[in-house]
Amino acid sequence: MTKKQPVLELKGVGRTFGGLVAVNSVDLEVAAGSITSIIGPNGAGKTTLFNVISGIYAPTKGNITLSGALLATPDHKTEREAFLWGAFAIAGIVIGAIAGLAIDAPAGLAGVGAIVSSGAILLAAVSRPAWYVRVCARLGIQRSARPNDVVFLGIARTFQNIRLFKEMSALENVMVGTHARTDVGLFDALLDTRRFRRTEKESESQALTLLQAVGLEDQANVAAKNLAYGDQRRLEVARALASTPKLLLLDEPAAGMNPAETAQMIELIKSIRDKFGVTVLLIEHDMRVVMGISEKIAVLDHGEKIAEGTPAEIRSNPRVIEAYLGRGAASGA
Amino acid sequence: MREYLLRHRSLDIVIKLIGVAIVLPLLAATPIFGAFQPFNGWLTGFANAAIFVMLAIGLNIVVGKAGLLDLGFAAFFAIGAYTYAFGASAYSGNDIPFWLMLPIGAIVTAIFGVAIGAPTLRLRGDYLAIVTLGFGEIIPNVLLNSDKYTLGTNGISGLNRPELPIIGVFKSNEPWPWFILAVVLIGVIMIAADRISFSRIGRAWEAIREDELAAASNGINTVTFKLLAFAIGASTAGIAGAFLASKLSFVSPDQFKFSVSVTVLSMLVLGGIGNLWGAAIGAFLLYFVQSILLKQLNEGFKGVPVLGEIDFLQLQYLLFGLALVIMMLRRPGGLFPERRAARHRVGTAKE
Repeated sequence: MTKKQPVLELKGVGRTFGGLVAVNSVDLEVAAGSITSIIGPNGAGKTTLFNVISGIYAPTKGNITLSGALLATPDHKTEREAFLWGAFAIAGIVIGAIAGLAIDAPAGLAGVGAIVSSGAILLAAVSRPAWYVRVCARLGIQRSARPNDVVFLGIARTFQNIRLFKEMSALENVMVGTHARTDVGLFDALLDTRRFRRTEKESESQALTLLQAVGLEDQANVAAKNLAYGDQRRLEVARALASTPKLLLLDEPAAGMNPAETAQMIELIKSIRDKFGVTVLLIEHDMRVVMGISEKIAVLDHGEKIAEGTPAEIRSNPRVIEAYLGRGAASGA
Repeated sequence: MREYLLRHRSLDIVIKLIGVAIVLPLLAATPIFGAFQPFNGWLTGFANAAIFVMLAIGLNIVVGKAGLLDLGFAAFFAIGAYTYAFGASAYSGNDIPFWLMLPIGAIVTAIFGVAIGAPTLRLRGDYLAIVTLGFGEIIPNVLLNSDKYTLGTNGISGLNRPELPIIGVFKSNEPWPWFILAVVLIGVIMIAADRISFSRIGRAWEAIREDELAAASNGINTVTFKLLAFAIGASTAGIAGAFLASKLSFVSPDQFKFSVSVTVLSMLVLGGIGNLWGAAIGAFLLYFVQSILLKQLNEGFKGVPVLGEIDFLQLQYLLFGLALVIMMLRRPGGLFPERRAARHRVGTAKE
């Protein structure tokens, strides 16, 4: 086995909800450029694992790294944030007071300074811009990346129950997907600057390219809710690709599809892997999909990884058969 | 031509507004409209309606675009008006020109928008509505009770009026300058709202409205963009507040009651949530129903049995309520729903 750094690495990742252990200590490595599947019976914790990877839930134990950089971890030393806020507020008071000396009103300006600085730091604490996260990291405070940070770092996902922006057109849906890679401020938009126009144009043409890649270029102006079911699934894939991810998480991409649509989806997943060089991690129940495209399969049951291997290995693994069909079937096989 | 205007929407807005600014006074000069009230009364009415148009456009950003149901929008209106009162009145001793007070009012209310928006970030739907309703009550009450600074119920009077080189100080009995100022302000606000709506920011708002989790999972920092929606919506109300304060030359807490928030929201629902022109037209129509039609009904039915006994002005909220229920049942998108044509289509982005 070549010792290339995996794109995604899970080490002992667990997530509990109160007393319910949804995911318990899962280790997983996803090799760059591979297509890996996670399978398992209903309630095995597959979607919870996806939600942890994509930042919707923080793990309650273990950690996740993306290309070696820490992505998700249980909250660690977050109480230190209070010191940060306090330091900021005090700095505001001091600066205000010093500035106030100049106009002979130190108390007044100190008050203004306190309000401004504490307001600013609280705002930063809720919106968590990049600089704030960096300062926190410097102080040893660890928090899981939020969903939008995860996208920024290079993981995009689709959802089991399609979650498109229904009222928006297919084109707009994909343009939202480019959000993480564009940076146009309020004043660019207000003043209709050249930068704004260029970025809009780029977003639009990138979105069109992606719509083409999933075969929806003719429906660019159709509202997402009016697309056929299979098209909605493919639109979600295009939207996820718009953030130019390193890793694409697909949560049951072929759910509810007929055999023809499923075959199309398999081709699509293969082609986007080849065309966009993206690593794919997917959850799937449909064994035609799983066995057809996966290079590696991990099997979850009751929140634990019970097996991992190539499709052929998984097919003959007695623990997997037991998880799916029960003990009798496994021993009879 | 149509294609061209779809690409150059700011020009489109300017042309339409100039059209409105020409047609409305002409209509008011016709004998039919003259029968209701004199020409100057109409023109003053248009300028007053403009205040509600501005409020509706601002609320449209918060409720229509970002999907954050705000029932306390009058609070920002109040903050804008009182900011003007503190910045430009004999009472406060400050004498900042109106033109400077507009951006100041917008910035101050934007800050309050963020301050009030921040505690509500985790809330959605009904819960958000209740909390914003609370803030909408708190702000006028604070203004009412801190009478040391605001003179309480008496309000602050003698606010400065706008002044221009040739026209001089705007006078309350000369409606033309107010009318034109109102149209210009609406133009600026509309263009700003339109440009933001048709940008990365507007798309982020709509994405949050449609599905917050999916929006976050597509790289949108929902906190930042919700706060931005509150700030921009509020700053629009701040401009409307400054305009109102300077026009009346007077502010008092009871101009900013809950009924104002509800009226603006009704205007939005009537006109079409999410649609810029829908919001504006809804506000305009409802204002005239409220201020003229109902009054005229009272006059017209005077002496008629039964109908003459009814005070239609007192029935206005009943009528608004009925109108809303009917709209919700028959035309949930409003009179002018957020149309597909108003969306980003292939090729909308300019070179």
